[in-house]
This record gives sequence, structure tokens and C-alpha cells, in this order.
Amino acid sequence: MHLVRSFSFHLYSITLLLWCTSSQGESIHIAVASNFTHTMKALISEFEQNSPHKIKASYGSSGKIYAQIKHGAPFKLFFSADQSKPLALYNEGLTHSKPFTYALGGLALWSNNKHFNGENLESVLLSGEFNKLAIANPKLAPYGIAAIEVLKNMNLVEATRKKWVRGENIAQTYQFVRTENADIGFVAFSQIVRQPFYWKVPSNLYQPIRQDAVLLKHKSEKNGINNKAALDFIQFLNSLKSQAIIQSYGYRTENNAYIELEMSNKNT
Amino acid sequence: MMLSDADIGALWLTLRLATTVTILLLIIGTPIAWWLSKTSSPFKGPVAAIVALPLVLPPTVLGFYLLIAMGPNGFIGELTQSLGLGTLPFTFWGLVFASVIYSMPFVVQPLHNAMEAIGERPLEVAATLRATPFDRFFTIVLPLAKPGFITASILGFAHTVGEFGVILMIGGNIPDETRVVSVQVYDHVESLEYAQAHSLSALLVIFSFVVLLALYATQRKTSNVGMMK
Amino acid sequence: MPHSISTNNTLEVRFKLSTQDRENKKASRTYLDINTKIPASGVTAIFGHSGSGKTSLLRCIAGLEKAEQGKVSIHKNSWQETWQDTGYFLPVHKRSIGYVFQEASLFPHLTAQKNLTYAIKRSDKAVSAEFYQRVIGVMGIESILTHYPNQLSGGERQRIAIARALLIQPRLLLMDEPLAALDHQRKQEIIPYLERLHQSFDIPIIYVSHSMDEVARLADHILVLDQGKVIAEGGLTEVFSRINLPQRLEDESGVILNGHIVEQDNEWQLIKIAFANSHIWIPDSADILSEALGKSVRIRILARDVSLSLSNHDDTSIVNRILVTVMDIKSDEDSPMSLVRLKMGKEFLVAKMTKKSVHHLELTVGIQVWAQVKSVALVR
Repeated sequence: MHLVRSFSFHLYSITLLLWCTSSQGESIHIAVASNFTHTMKALISEFEQNSPHKIKASYGSSGKIYAQIKHGAPFKLFFSADQSKPLALYNEGLTHSKPFTYALGGLALWSNNKHFNGENLESVLLSGEFNKLAIANPKLAPYGIAAIEVLKNMNLVEATRKKWVRGENIAQTYQFVRTENADIGFVAFSQIVRQPFYWKVPSNLYQPIRQDAVLLKHKSEKNGINNKAALDFIQFLNSLKSQAIIQSYGYRTENNAYIELEMSNKNT
Repeated sequence: MMLSDADIGALWLTLRLATTVTILLLIIGTPIAWWLSKTSSPFKGPVAAIVALPLVLPPTVLGFYLLIAMGPNGFIGELTQSLGLGTLPFTFWGLVFASVIYSMPFVVQPLHNAMEAIGERPLEVAATLRATPFDRFFTIVLPLAKPGFITASILGFAHTVGEFGVILMIGGNIPDETRVVSVQVYDHVESLEYAQAHSLSALLVIFSFVVLLALYATQRKTSNVGMMK
Repeated sequence: MPHSISTNNTLEVRFKLSTQDRENKKASRTYLDINTKIPASGVTAIFGHSGSGKTSLLRCIAGLEKAEQGKVSIHKNSWQETWQDTGYFLPVHKRSIGYVFQEASLFPHLTAQKNLTYAIKRSDKAVSAEFYQRVIGVMGIESILTHYPNQLSGGERQRIAIARALLIQPRLLLMDEPLAALDHQRKQEIIPYLERLHQSFDIPIIYVSHSMDEVARLADHILVLDQGKVIAEGGLTEVFSRINLPQRLEDESGVILNGHIVEQDNEWQLIKIAFANSHIWIPDSADILSEALGKSVRIRILARDVSLSLSNHDDTSIVNRILVTVMDIKSDEDSPMSLVRLKMGKEFLVAKMTKKSVHHLELTVGIQVWAQVKSVALVR
């Protein structure tokens, strides 16, 4: 909290310096990983009630957004579904900040098949009595990596490998289970938080699934950060209210999120 | 070129899928196209529209409906299960089924056009030469519609190779079973393996170019051969 | 000349075809109302202007078009078959017909030879080598058999098409204006083949045409259609000697006479053609005729080429001056012209003149006058 405050203060002084004439609300574009869609909508709606700024969000796969940003997409903020893409952008010098974690995802084993109603899905997984096991593609999705980790820790990789079907993202993995084409599947807890039957995978079985965001730098911004709306929104995300919203959608949050701005381009 | 084993596996699978789908489409599409070109039934419009529907539907929409329909509670799924075939998603034959539907207009429409272009006259002539309807179809319609069959085969094949959205929805990314080239390229792109993505994409681009070149070459050749003289 | 139709050799044809029967409702105003018997021997021309329904009639006979009400049955010697009757319709491919279309519809993907083979393979009875050679010979197509249709001229294609129709060995050959798509030169090139066809094969032919020339040359019998109805039918010479045909046909009115070459005048290069009880001189322009004494020929004399005078004038350039009897005079109220039917021996002539001339000569039925024939066309 302390760090956030000090950062905010610092930030405000910069923006005030550059935008002292501007008291109007701004409209900015941000890019958000699909799995955070509902949460982000709720957050934006809450934010806009108490702010003159408008947030226009585009939702898509993190990989696509990454490619678009690299080719000049006009997003001010990027909320990825993983850590690697914001980190890559940071390493390429395309950001104002180091990546920061805005949410932590949880993994759940879920079934939509009535046949498994009320059963302990963990024992179903152990028994091997299911047709398919849906997981997110570990190559593409952190939830997939986590799912593989869980299977490794349970010593089930070889036993289940033949039954894996991979969704390209966690949403598709959810679809496979939802349409009962796969009896069970590792999905994001946030997706099934309101479902009756699931097994919430103990967090000691996998590394935390961190979803990171970055503040993006644009060629037009030679003079440093000049976006009050983006900074306001980041500050809002650190509020208790928005953290409660994020948690209500099945994510965990860390109270120590902060942004370290890169000031290398700053020109006074 | 840097192609991994997984890339090569995906290429082979794609060729196998496209070949199977093209053959099936020619078998299924020919009678449909023939019926469309001959009938004056009130169902002609609706049938033509249904066949053409995949042209308009976003592939992911089609894929999503197929995933539901082919699932254990979908009507196709219930049918395949009652036949003892299990369910189709995540299997090679599931992809074949979906691709047949998805690529249908690309086969039926050139066939339909070619058959309509033949007109009534050659068939009337053949009838006055004692050819039965069946005989006429095989000895007159099929040979005269040959350019249409070439176009249909090439388009059907190429379109299946390029198919992505539908397969993404129902494939499950299983190596050598449902992980085709387009999905493999997508995986490379999504996991930021741009070099591999480039290699595979370049292959696809070259392939598509060659296919289209072949298509235009055959069309030029066949357009020189007149119809009924 | 009365034309008798043997009940043994007839094609009975009865059709009612209204526009509603057609698939494409707005395509045609033509409708058919036909009830007749066509001789199943020789060449019968179905003659009429375009839109008179002649092609529809032919298509109905072939079964290419289905008249809701209709009957077609053919008697030929002891053989008899019904192709259509109430509640019965024999499909085209089961009818023993050969059909020659207006444009020579050869299959473009087959060579001329393969086009013929297509028919040979499907003929009801095996095609003998002798018959095959005869067809090839009569049509003169030996040298072009290896060609594809698009390598052939229009006339060559049509000859292949006719040969193909013959090789199916039909009981009845139907020809739908087979020369209409050809230019004049090609027509002249192909007509001799059609005449030979007529002479070489004992097969009844129904020949649709709107060309008086073709009909005069080829037909023995004629069915004249107008607006879907039969307005005249009978032997060719008999029908053309009538003067009560509708106005539309009168422009081309004229008689057709069958006779024999009986004399040659080498000094003046003239040929004498004799009929039952009369004769006519024509110029011996065609060398082929010079050694054809006794040969039967057909000539056509147009009504506008016949003039009348009350006495035999020597001081005229007209060679053929014949004493004839006026049989009938037809004058329409809305036309300044009259047609006069004349008897020349046992034959008839028709003369066309103004009403004023009829009045001036005081022509009445039964009087004898001199016909001056200005021009005669040797049609075959």
C-alpha cells in the first residue's frame, strides 16, 4: 500500500506537469485477455461511475493482442492472461512499466455430466473412468501449464495423456466440458465459480497463475507518460472496492500491486 | 525451413484430412448439385441456401454448433452413439464430418454451375439416342461437367487445408489426430514462436498459390473447349 | 393428285398443348391443337412460319415435350406401337426415333466417330457393317470421323448428326429444321445428302421447316401449321395447288409438279418435261441432266410467274404457253391480288394477278385461257 501511494503521488506530479491545462475526461483503449472479460466489464462500469474518463476495452487472446501491440495497436494498457507476454513487451522496451500482477487465477476440475453429479471429481480423475480430460493447451495458456503441473504432482500424466483434449484457451476448454464432449476438465475457477459441482484444486499442487498487466508506451509519447486516464484506472484497480470485484469473479488478488515506471524517455 | 516433427505430423494429417474430405464431398456433392440443377421443386431454394450457409456463418459459430450437435447430448452425437461409434469431437472422423459440411458449398457450387451450363440439349440428344437417365448422367453429364469437377476438387481440397475455426472448436488439438497445420500455425503464433509460424505459413502460402495457379490453368484450358456445337 | 393414306402406314398424332403445360409459363404463347394422321412413309414436311408450333409438334411426337392430353401411335406395315395415350407416356429413350436437331448437337467431348458409336452401342438391333458403311457413304463423312465437333464445319457437323440419328436404326426419323442454322452455301452443300437419305433408306421422315425451297425439294407430303393448328395437309402437289391457304402463305404460293424428262433440244439447250397430259420446256442449265432421259424430276412454278391471256400470242418471249382451264378464282377483299387455279392436263397451275386483270379478262370458272409460264424452278 505504501508503495502504491508513493507511486501514485509521483505519477500525479508528472501528469500534472504535462497536462496542467487538461481538466477534461479522456477516452482510452485497453486490451484484455478474454478470460477476464466479465470481471473487466464490471470493473470499468464501476470506474466510470466516479471518473470523467472512458475506458474502451478490446477482448481477445493474449497472443493476438501481443502481436497487435507489437505492430502499433493503440492500446494504453494490456491485461494479459499470463506473465510471459507483458514481460516480453517490457523486455522489448514497449512499456512504461514493469509488468504487475492484477489477478491470480485458480484451477478447478469440473464436470457438467449429470452422471458425475455429487461425485468427488478428484476420485473420478484418479479412477480414470471418464472419456476425455479437457485441459488448456499448456503451450498457450497458463491454466494449461498449471493443469499439467497438477497431473504431474498427482502422478497422472502418463495415465491420462491419451484422454487429453486441448482447448486453445481456457474458454474453449470450458466449452468442451460444458457441452459434455469431455466428461471432466481443468478449467479456471473463475469460470465455474457459480457451478455446484467442482473440485477446487489445492493451490499447493501448482504454481500461482499470475495474470499480469503493463502500461504501454507509444511512439507519439516521446515526452513521457501523458495519460491520466490510464493512471487513474491503475490506481482504481488497487482500491479495495475493485479488489473485491475481482475476487467475486473467482480470482485472488495481491495487495501489493505496484507499477514501476520507466522514465528513460522522459524529457524535461 | 525449420519444421519440427509436430509440424510434419500436422502437414500429413492435413493432407490426409483434405483428401478424405474432397473424395467424400465429390461423392455427396455430385447428386446434390445434379438435383439442384434439374429440380423445379419448391425445396430447391431452401436446400441451396442450407448448402451455402457455411459461406456466411463464421467458422467458430459453425464449429460451436457442431460441438454441441456432435456432443453426447446433441442429435448427431446421439445418433453416432446409438450406432456404436461414440462421439465425434476430438476424432479424425469428427473433423472429416465437420469439414464436409464446412467445405460443401465450395464443391457443390462449381458442380452446380457446370451442370447447369450443360443445358437440356445434350441430354435430349442422348435421350433420342436411347440413353436411359442413368446412362445420360454418366456418359454426358459427368464428362461435360469435368471442368466443374476439377474446380470443385481443388476448391474443396484447398478450403479444407485452410480450415481453422471449425477445427479449433471441435478438434481438441490431438497430435496426428486433430492437430492440423492451421491449428499448429495458430499455436506457434500464440506461443510467440514466430519463426516456426513463418515456416509453416510460408508453406501454406506456397501451397495455396500453386493450387490456385493450377485452378486458373485448368479453367483457361477448359474454357477453350466449346460446349455443344 | 389425290394422296391416299394407307391405314397400315400412319402416325396418328393428337395433341393439346396449352401454355400452362409448359414449364416456363411466360416463354411461349404457342399452343398446339393437333389431331391428324401423318403417313409413316416418305418425307412429311411440317411447314409453317416460326411460332406456328411445328417444333413443339415434333417434340411432342418424340416425347421431348409432354402434352397433358395427347396420343401418338405409329403403324408401319405389321408393326404398331403407341407412345402416348391417356395415362400412358413412353419416355423418349424408349421410342424408336431418330432426332436431328436444328443445330447439330454433337457431344463436344467425343470425336465424330465416338458420336456415331454412341448411337451404335444403344441401337435396339446390332448395326451391320453394311448398314454402317452405307450411312457413312450416303452422308459422305468417312474422312472427317476422327475430328472433334469443334473442328468441323456446320454442314459437316449436321451430316454427322444425321448419320448418328440413322445409326440408332429408328422406325421414324424426326428432323427439326436441320438446315436452319446453316448459311446458304452450307445448305446447298447438305441438301443433296438429305435427298440421298430419302432415296437410300426406307424410313419415314418428318421434316420440320419454314423454307418452301427445302419443302419443295424434299417432301412428299405436307402438314401446314398456323398458330398451332393444321390448316392444310396432304400430298405436296395437291396442297400447293390449292388457292385457299391463308394470306400468310400466299406470298410463296405456287405449284409443285412431278414429271419426267422426255426430250432434249440440243440446238436450243432445252429439256422437255412431260406430265400426264401436258408438258413444259425448261432450260438445260444443269449438265447433269443431259443424259437423263426418262429421269423423274420435280419442278416448282410460282403463281407470280404465271400470267394469262385469252389468245395464244406468238409475239412474246415466253416459251411455255399452255392452254388451261380456269378452275377457281380467289379474291380477298382486303387485297388487290387474286389467285386463279388452272387445270393443265391432269395437273394444276396457280396464277397470281391483280383483281383488275381478272375483271379485264372476264375470267370465269370453266373458260379456257393461255397460261404463260415465265419461270420454272427445277427443284430436284
